[in-house]
Amino acid sequence: MEAEAAKLIGAGLAAIALAGAGIGIGHIFGNYLAGALRNPAAAQAQFPNLLLGFALTEATGLFGLVVALIILFVF
Amino acid sequence: MATEATAPEHAPEAGGATVDLDPMHQFEIYPLVPIDIGGIDASFTNSSLWMLIAAGVVALLLLAAPSKLVPTRLQSVGEVAYEFIANMMRDILGESGRPFFPFVFTLFMFILAANMLGMVPYSFTVTSHIIVTFALAIVVFVGATIVGFIKNGPGYLRLFVPSGVPIVLLPLLVVIEVISYFTRPISLSVRLFANMMAGHTMLKVFAGFVVMFGVAGAAWMPLGLAPFLLMIGLTGLEILIAFLQAYVFAVLTCIYLNDALNMHH
Repeated sequence: MEAEAAKLIGAGLAAIALAGAGIGIGHIFGNYLAGALRNPAAAQAQFPNLLLGFALTEATGLFGLVVALIILFVF
Repeated sequence: MATEATAPEHAPEAGGATVDLDPMHQFEIYPLVPIDIGGIDASFTNSSLWMLIAAGVVALLLLAAPSKLVPTRLQSVGEVAYEFIANMMRDILGESGRPFFPFVFTLFMFILAANMLGMVPYSFTVTSHIIVTFALAIVVFVGATIVGFIKNGPGYLRLFVPSGVPIVLLPLLVVIEVISYFTRPISLSVRLFANMMAGHTMLKVFAGFVVMFGVAGAAWMPLGLAPFLLMIGLTGLEILIAFLQAYVFAVLTCIYLNDALNMHH
C-alpha cells in the first residue's frame, strides 16, 4: 500500500475516537437528566459539574482529532 | 464567520463553481512588526497583537469601571466573574487556596477573553495554537509542583503512592501515577488547543458550505439555508465551549493545586 493511502486511512481511523466521546456525552447528560428528575431540588447545584463533565469528555474525542492531524501533517 | 474567500483570480466562474476555501488559513501567524534578537525571531505577530487585546479587554473590564457600592452594569460583570472564580476556588481548595486566587483568576480571564475574541469574525484565536496553551499549562504544572514541595517537603512524593493498595500492585500503580502526573500539562494544553482549533475549523468548513451553495447558482441558493441555520447553532455552541474551556482550565488548575496544598484529606 502506498504510504499516502495508509496515512489517509489512519487519519480516518483516528476519527473513531469520536464514538467514545459520543457515548460519554450521552452518558453524562442522560445520567444528569435521570438524577435531576428524581431530585429536581438538587439539580441546579450540579449543573456546573454537568458542564465540566461535558467539556472533559468532549476533549477526549478531540484528542483523536489531534492524532489524525499529527498523522496527516507531521509524518 | 470569516471564511477565507478567494483572491479575485480564483473567483468562482458563473455556473461552474470552484471556490478555494481553506479552513486552516485562519490559524496562520504572520509578523506585524519584524523583530530579530540575535538570530531569534521575536517578531510582534498577529498572535501577540490579539494576546495584548485580550489582556487589554480584561484590564478595561476590571479597572475602567468605577467601583461604586451599587455597581454599574460594567462593574457587575467584573464582580460576577470575580465571585464565580472565588466560589469555585472555595469549593475545591477551601481557605488554603486564597493566595492563589489572583493567579487562577488571571488565567481564567485571559483564556476566556482570548477564546471569546476568537469568536469575532476576522479575528485571531490565540488559544488555537498549542504553544500558547502549552506555555500556560507548563506554568501551572511547574508552579503546582513547586508549591507541593514547599508545602509538604519530600513528602509530596507520597502523591505517587496511593494508600490502601495491596503491596503487590504498588510498583505498577506508582508507575501509572507518575505517568499520569507528568501527562497533566499535555492533557491540559491539548484539551484547550484541540477544542479551539477543531471548533474554529468546523465553523469555517460549514461556512464554506454556505458559500459553495451561494456561488453554485440561483437554483442551489435556497439549499444553502440549511448549513446557514446550522452555522448559527454552531456559533452558539462555540461560544459555550469558549467559556467552558476557560472554566475547565481554571478548575483543573485548582484541582492540581489542591493535590499540592491539601495532601491529607
